Amino acid sequence: MHELSICQGLIGQVERIALQHNARAVDKIVVHIGPLSGVEIPLLHQAYSLARAGTRAENAALVTEPQPIRVVCETCGAETTAKMNRLLCGICGEYRTRLVSGDEMILASVELNVDTSEMIQDVV
Amino acid sequence: MCDTCGCNVTSGNEHLVRGHGKHAVTADGKLAVELLKNLLSENDHQAAHNRAHFDQHGVLAINLMSSPGAGKTALLEATIDVLKDEFRIGVIEGDLETENDAQRLRAKGVPAIQITTGSACHLDAHMVHDALHKLDLAPLDVLFIENVGNLVCPASFDLGHHYNVVLLSVTEGDDKPAKYPVMFRAADVMLITKTDLSPFIEEFDREQAKSNLRDLANRAPIYSISSKTGEGMQTWVDWLRERITTQRQRVAIGETARPRIQSDRAQSVEHGS
Repeated sequence: MHELSICQGLIGQVERIALQHNARAVDKIVVHIGPLSGVEIPLLHQAYSLARAGTRAENAALVTEPQPIRVVCETCGAETTAKMNRLLCGICGEYRTRLVSGDEMILASVELNVDTSEMIQDVV
Repeated sequence: MCDTCGCNVTSGNEHLVRGHGKHAVTADGKLAVELLKNLLSENDHQAAHNRAHFDQHGVLAINLMSSPGAGKTALLEATIDVLKDEFRIGVIEGDLETENDAQRLRAKGVPAIQITTGSACHLDAHMVHDALHKLDLAPLDVLFIENVGNLVCPASFDLGHHYNVVLLSVTEGDDKPAKYPVMFRAADVMLITKTDLSPFIEEFDREQAKSNLRDLANRAPIYSISSKTGEGMQTWVDWLRERITTQRQRVAIGETARPRIQSDRAQSVEHGS
């Protein structure tokens, strides 16, 4: 359910970026989603199809890149992959671990359709 | 916010960080802009504002989360009964509809603002900010924000509070932390509630519930409590007293606390427990 709120936040950010770069349209949006972010990727795509209507991102492809769950052990220092409800060290089994990847919901990049002359100016 | 504190930067994505973002032209002539912004950065920005507002008034803000019917409102009623002469308490209530919960708490003599979310399944920082316009923080020591009963969505939204308290009632089963890891990973305290019903619910194993929480790499304290009989209230109230005291100390030196989940990968965030 909350994927729609998240998508509206995403579209708001993308629209601002498009405006900053004088883009006519947004062609692609890339997001990184970890399983522990609480965001379900299929639901995000569904919500996106509603949220993008009438915006500069109306025809933009949404690319979701799933992220692995990785933890670092505070006891043995190992970095290992983990499961969503078992965030223990893969080497020594310790529960005192720190998540280093897997809870992201990040807008990683956007591709914009812009006027070439403005684009060069912007890059410089 | 996340552009400055670096909490979104992981070993998996740090190669993407190039100062303030990298611009490049793709083969087909598109402008590619690399960012690394949390999808909820607008919410997070508002949450930071709310937190600053709480700190400015020396108020400790607690976010209560659980499934519907786990006993959040009953916990607040019992907590107010114990602490009302000691601390000044305020409540923000989140429900899809009705003023019922706010009315229950007003009957206890504390200011309570009801947010009715309509169909929204969670509170966000903007809703809390709007509610704060109706609530005078200056006379308060502690503000409880009772989130919408839901073990999924509320976990993703920072409200600007300092601690997450997650309730698990014995009737729900000890495997809830394993089933809803995103929520229970966020707990700064887990309260096992309705323990007065324990004699009738043999299936609930406290040790199993604890083990399921530890499997989420969460070392939060776990207190068993009955709002009805008062059993275990003392430990919970002692935890609150200590947090209210440390909040005052933090405010005096210009520091703040953030819930465990939000501080996980932030680089220089003070945390009280």
